[in-house]
Amino acid sequence: MTKKITLKINGAEHTMEVEPRMLLIHAIRENASLTGSHIGCDTSSCGACTVLIDGKSAKSCTILAVQAQGKEIATVEGLATAEGLHPIQEGFHLNHALHCGFCTPGLMMRAVELLEKNPNPTEDEIRWGISGNLCRCTGYNNIVSAIQWTSAKMQGKELPSTEPKFV
Amino acid sequence: MIAENFNYDAPTSLDEAIALLHEYGDDAKILAGGHSLIPMMKLRFASPTHLIDINNIPGLSYVKEEDGYLKIGAMTKEVEVEESEIIHAKYQIFMDATKLIADPQVRNFGTLGGNLAHGDAANDHPAVMIALGADVEITGKDGKRTVGIDDFFQGFYTTAVEHGEVLTEIRIPAASGNYGSAYHKAERKVGDYATAGVAAMIQMDDQGRCTKAGIGLTNVSPLPLRASRSEEVLIGSDLSEAVIAQAAQYASEDCSPSEDLRGNVEYKRHLVSVITKRMINKAISRAKK
Ligand SMILES: Cc1cc2nc3c(=O)[nH]c(=O)nc-3n(C[C@H](O)[C@H](O)[C@H](O)COP(=O)(O)OP(=O)(O)OC[C@H]3O[C@@H](n4cnc5c(N)ncnc54)[C@H](O)[C@@H]3O)c2cc1C
Ligand code: FES
Ligand code: FES
Repeated sequence: MTKKITLKINGAEHTMEVEPRMLLIHAIRENASLTGSHIGCDTSSCGACTVLIDGKSAKSCTILAVQAQGKEIATVEGLATAEGLHPIQEGFHLNHALHCGFCTPGLMMRAVELLEKNPNPTEDEIRWGISGNLCRCTGYNNIVSAIQWTSAKMQGKELPSTEPKFV
Repeated sequence: MIAENFNYDAPTSLDEAIALLHEYGDDAKILAGGHSLIPMMKLRFASPTHLIDINNIPGLSYVKEEDGYLKIGAMTKEVEVEESEIIHAKYQIFMDATKLIADPQVRNFGTLGGNLAHGDAANDHPAVMIALGADVEITGKDGKRTVGIDDFFQGFYTTAVEHGEVLTEIRIPAASGNYGSAYHKAERKVGDYATAGVAAMIQMDDQGRCTKAGIGLTNVSPLPLRASRSEEVLIGSDLSEAVIAQAAQYASEDCSPSEDLRGNVEYKRHLVSVITKRMINKAISRAKK
């Protein structure tokens, strides 16, 4: 009962033979060997598996690989280009927005959609916007700073300080 | 967690989907946003042998006012409701509710049709639709039929959608005159199902007398509940503080919550009373604008 599907991930086509029950996250990690997207909870709660499907952030542990046939999938591996890091990666790096890094790929993909829809979000909108992503290390403050920094960077505004803040 | 195996079809027309549902019989299930169904299949609480994915059927996703109704296509995603101009302007209850449903990623996929068809009293849209007096359009082999929201929820995970049918549209009497609506639920954390939730709709004449009222309750009874006694005391009244307090009291008496990790019965009844009062007042202040 397998189906032959082609997933377009970060612009590259991956053709694979999958059972319909295969989850998108497994197809991305195991069949396409892109292990940047993580599996945290496997119950649609943590957001570690967040990827973009046609630009929309999605929990890929709750979507079947067959549903993504023909769609554009973007994962953390596609963020950086030959020119360098994506602004969101730079933002996370400079603002110390990760400790263990497990949540980071999902959070960055979620932040990419958030900033695409709302280039200049308030702190509340950022916190609300990442409410589907859990981080067990940072306490979120530096993640919020990173997204604020990236927002400024992407709009060519003056960059906020990246000095650690003690709250 | 991996679901039991199944066959997958993604038809591109409603007729084809309905034909497939008939061909495969009872073990076939419709896949909409998948954000209730896939988790259940992963836990093996549900093991359909065929999934009919209706995401590729055009024309099932819209929010529009027409013929005196607000019409919402069954496949309209939460995020599309959240971003709809008509909703922002006139039906703020959906802004209240969608914000409290899960998280942005889930709202990118979960559909309004799926939220109702799932038949779970813990979901938020059932109470909203009760308060707004919605009708549900269901399409089958022999055409379309319409079911009032009060006859829609029939049991745990059971609705008026029969096998071989697809929920296609939700119809809500359009807002007119001094109309206001509001929703709130108490939740333990973002994305959690309601400890208790209340939806309220109020319509008033120019003298401030209530002409129409709807109160729906989330997750405090086995089925999504209409607080009928609360509505009766509101309709025709001047919406005084005493009347609103009475409506809140009735709602807390008429629900039948069960004790669970979210709280005991007394606490949940108390929440229903407090939130009912607040949502009626919020609906009234919106109706006055
Ligand atoms: C982490 C998480 C948190 C959540 N929190 C909330 C919350 O706080 N409040 C809330 O209300 N919901 C919540 N949900 C549920 C979410 O809103 C679901 O998306 C929704 O309940 C079902 O919609 P769906 O489109 O995903 O339906 P699916 O999962 O695809 O389907 C659900 C059921 O309805 C049937 N069905 C779907 N569409 C149709 C149709 N058009 N005609 C006939 N049958 C149909 C399916 O066969 C299935 O049995 C949460 C989900 C997750 C994963
Ligand atoms: S692994 Fe998908 S949400 Fe946690
Ligand atoms: S950095 Fe460790 S979980 Fe977020």
